[in-house]
Amino acid sequence: MTNYTPPALAGQRLPNRFDGAAMLLVMGLLIALVEVGRGTIATPIAQIQNTPIHLDPSWLPYYALRSTARMFLALFFSLLFTFSYATLAAKSRRAGMVLIPILDILQSVPILGFLTFTTVFFLHLFPGQVMGAELASVFVIFTSQAWNMAFSFYQSLTTLPADLQEASRSFRLSPWQRFWKLDVPFAMPGLVWNTMLSMSGGWFFVVASEAVTVGNTQFTLPGIGSYVAVALAQKNLHAVIYAILAMLVVILLYDQLIFRPLVAWSGKFRFETTAAISGPEPWMLKLLRRTALFRAIGEAISEIFGTVFRLRLSLRQPGQVDETSEPSRLVDGVWFVLIAAMAIYAGWQIVEYVSATLHWHDLFTALLMGLYTAIRVTVLMIIAAAIWVPVGVWIGLRPKATRIAQPIAQFLAAFPANLLFPPVVLAIVYFHVSPDIWLTPLMLIGTQWYLLFNVIAGAAAFPGDMKEAVANFHIHGFLWWRKVMIPGILPYFITGALTASGGAWNASIVAEVASWGNANLAAHGLGAYIAGATAAGDTPRVVLGVVVMSCFVMFFNRILWRPLYAYATRRTTLG
Amino acid sequence: MDQQTKPLVSVRNCRQAYHKEASADLVVLDDVDLTLQEGEIVALLGRSGSGKSTLLRIVAGLLKPTSGDVCWRGEPLKGPAPGVAMVFQSFALFPWLTVQENVELGLEALGVKKDDREERSEEAIDLIGLGGYDGAYPKELSGGMRQRVGLARALVVHPDLLLMDEPFSALDVLTAETLRTDLIDLWMDGKLPVKSILIVTHNIEEAVLMADRILVFSSNPGRVAHELKVPFAHPRNRFDPAFREMVDDIYGIMTRRKVPEIHTAAAAPNPFAHPLHPIGTNLMAGLLETLSSEPYGGRADLPALAAALQFEVDELLPLGETLSMLGFALLEEGDLQITATGRRFAEAETEDRKEIFAAALRAHVPLITEIRSVIDQRSNHRAAAMRFRDQLEDHMSPEYAEETLRTVIAWGRYAEIFEYDEEAQQFGLEEEDEEEHEA
Repeated sequence: MTNYTPPALAGQRLPNRFDGAAMLLVMGLLIALVEVGRGTIATPIAQIQNTPIHLDPSWLPYYALRSTARMFLALFFSLLFTFSYATLAAKSRRAGMVLIPILDILQSVPILGFLTFTTVFFLHLFPGQVMGAELASVFVIFTSQAWNMAFSFYQSLTTLPADLQEASRSFRLSPWQRFWKLDVPFAMPGLVWNTMLSMSGGWFFVVASEAVTVGNTQFTLPGIGSYVAVALAQKNLHAVIYAILAMLVVILLYDQLIFRPLVAWSGKFRFETTAAISGPEPWMLKLLRRTALFRAIGEAISEIFGTVFRLRLSLRQPGQVDETSEPSRLVDGVWFVLIAAMAIYAGWQIVEYVSATLHWHDLFTALLMGLYTAIRVTVLMIIAAAIWVPVGVWIGLRPKATRIAQPIAQFLAAFPANLLFPPVVLAIVYFHVSPDIWLTPLMLIGTQWYLLFNVIAGAAAFPGDMKEAVANFHIHGFLWWRKVMIPGILPYFITGALTASGGAWNASIVAEVASWGNANLAAHGLGAYIAGATAAGDTPRVVLGVVVMSCFVMFFNRILWRPLYAYATRRTTLG
Repeated sequence: MDQQTKPLVSVRNCRQAYHKEASADLVVLDDVDLTLQEGEIVALLGRSGSGKSTLLRIVAGLLKPTSGDVCWRGEPLKGPAPGVAMVFQSFALFPWLTVQENVELGLEALGVKKDDREERSEEAIDLIGLGGYDGAYPKELSGGMRQRVGLARALVVHPDLLLMDEPFSALDVLTAETLRTDLIDLWMDGKLPVKSILIVTHNIEEAVLMADRILVFSSNPGRVAHELKVPFAHPRNRFDPAFREMVDDIYGIMTRRKVPEIHTAAAAPNPFAHPLHPIGTNLMAGLLETLSSEPYGGRADLPALAAALQFEVDELLPLGETLSMLGFALLEEGDLQITATGRRFAEAETEDRKEIFAAALRAHVPLITEIRSVIDQRSNHRAAAMRFRDQLEDHMSPEYAEETLRTVIAWGRYAEIFEYDEEAQQFGLEEEDEEEHEA
């Protein structure tokens, strides 16, 4: 099973002055977005034609189809973004200096906090049309998918083998030809893998972004998310269960029809010199490859794409590389000044915006709430590790169990956890237990699977000769864990733990508050703080909450996960 | 010069240098001239770091020289020329393209129509002996077959000039020989759609076997030290005495000591001025043992030694130079002669060897002495590797500096002169040494 370094871990990039500038620029952009959005909240929004949501299960296939369509539309935009943004960042040194820190920060912004404002922003673009609400939903899904895909593509572009680059230059491929012949194929395995992770994460946002309340207006776009929202409001437990079942079917189909064939197919692009022993071909891929009809369709499509990719689309003949010339200091200087000016302007806007309504004690409150959520995430991660590491190692060391469990874990990771909230909420209401404690596990319900399947992958990749050596020296018990297994799976464990904890922070915005009919539950924490401020239309506090949360996530990535990962890969690999 | 034969390529006063902040520029190529006529095979022979591959890339139009003129058919070269194709040491095949798609790559870039493309690629694939492999992916092929794909991909565009960058050095000896012979046969039969071949190699025999003309490069900076014409007709016989003599002569040229550059005044040798070859202590011990025993009895002819040990000249020469720097052997005119110290080392036990090695390091490697004295001066007996790396980089490229530092660490550890903590990137002393100091 493949294991790719998650973007947040990769790169030896040390924090530099561009990170500060990027932080200011991103926050400035978000505030601008909020301002535009808030400006329109006040004005009465033209009536949106709200299609009523039917709780009759016979409507579910249609709703599922609508949700899936949104997902793929967002994916299309994410790919466009990936190909343009990452290419620009990789090919232009000056652009890369700013674009990459911005991407790094965007990754840790909990976009769920901005749900309301992005919705209003898009509604404003298309007043009175369902189009606006649809686009708003697609945009939220896009923001959950695009960043890590772009990062993965950027990383591939910066690690292109030098000889292949020289070969494409010496055979005089134009930039367009080279992009499709070299850049994209080389990035394909990592990109496909990240796309799949993005899609898995995306279902969560599809569900969250379909039913949104802005001021007095409520939108319900036809989809599974709206179906659940209506079911919750009407206290209809049966409908909730139907929705969960429908989602299971959708994920199963997506897993079997797209995920598995695509991952198997992308193996072709893996950059290695020996033919790897590949697993069994997924049935869908077999069907596509062996059936005459599908083959003919596939060949026709690849013929069309091939023709497009072969176009030169360039007038310029490729030139020589001048390795000895230094980049112009003057242009660099102008560029730095420009960035600094933009960052200062953004910083000034932020201070002005925040100081108008907020005081120092607001920051203190937000930090305190962040601390609560941080404690929650930490405790949860420890519990999850204590459960899933032994289970994952047990499974990973047994090839048969791995073959069965690994797809299940990946499948569960794709299931939108927010659909599972209602039963838990119901139980809390019923038993009158503390939401501060019992809402907590919801944060990790969806993302704990990343921990499990990474640990399984790590244990499965443990070298056979080492296993034999360990058996030969009779290493058992605590010593076995301490000296053998834990170092053996450490890089994999950290990869999984980072994904799981990052997801938990984001999920806290929907997991720390919950409702069942009229009963509203809220825990103390930054997620609840943001959710509360959003509901109250208190935009400065939303911004503050989001900024504080981004800082917490970045702090954990920089201070804990990245050094740990660097240490693990340095110390637990040979050579 | 003859008016009717216009040279394919002419390079005049070519210089390639990288700017260094602290000190002088790092010169890779200096004052190189090269003229290529139609109908000849020319070999650029030299050790790694002699700039021969850089020159090849300049001729290919991939790299712009810092100064000097490069002309292709009389016109200044501005980028990869249409009449030039390249074969790479690493093959540089696209793993996601089939053999046929790889071969068609250059034609696609030229915008050749589909039918034409297929016909020409088929022709090149058959010519180079790849028929039947059209639909295979590179990872399914052996190294030899992969390089045939690399050749077919270059030939399919019918280049006037074929550039080859150490094309056979990634292959085993027999496979390399087969490919060389096949290529020369095609060349002699006039079946290759090329007018001239420029080949970069560090293999002396390969150069003598294939080329009509050999340019021998010297290192640091890269210069053309010698130009030789190879008078033998194809097919050439490796065991012909004249062939052997030429190989021996070139070995002599390549091991000849450079006249040391005149330094200002009689300053103490700068410990950071000279890069070290990354040669392991086991390899040194192995060669000294081999050299001191039969059949060599203390002296060996380098070509014979290279053949017996299956070493490339590129591997053997740094080894010989390192032994001679440490005073374990003498390198002269293509021979390696063991010294008394070398013999003592070869016959000693593990612990004694370490002592002999430590003494040799102290006497001949000022960098080791410098590091140790810095450690000794510090009260905590620790010194960051960073400062030594920085000082090395004032005199050499970052790659060489890193390599030199790695080598010094390995040697110092073996000789127990100091310890190195990889995590902290610090030099230190062994505990017993440290206690001695305290006392």
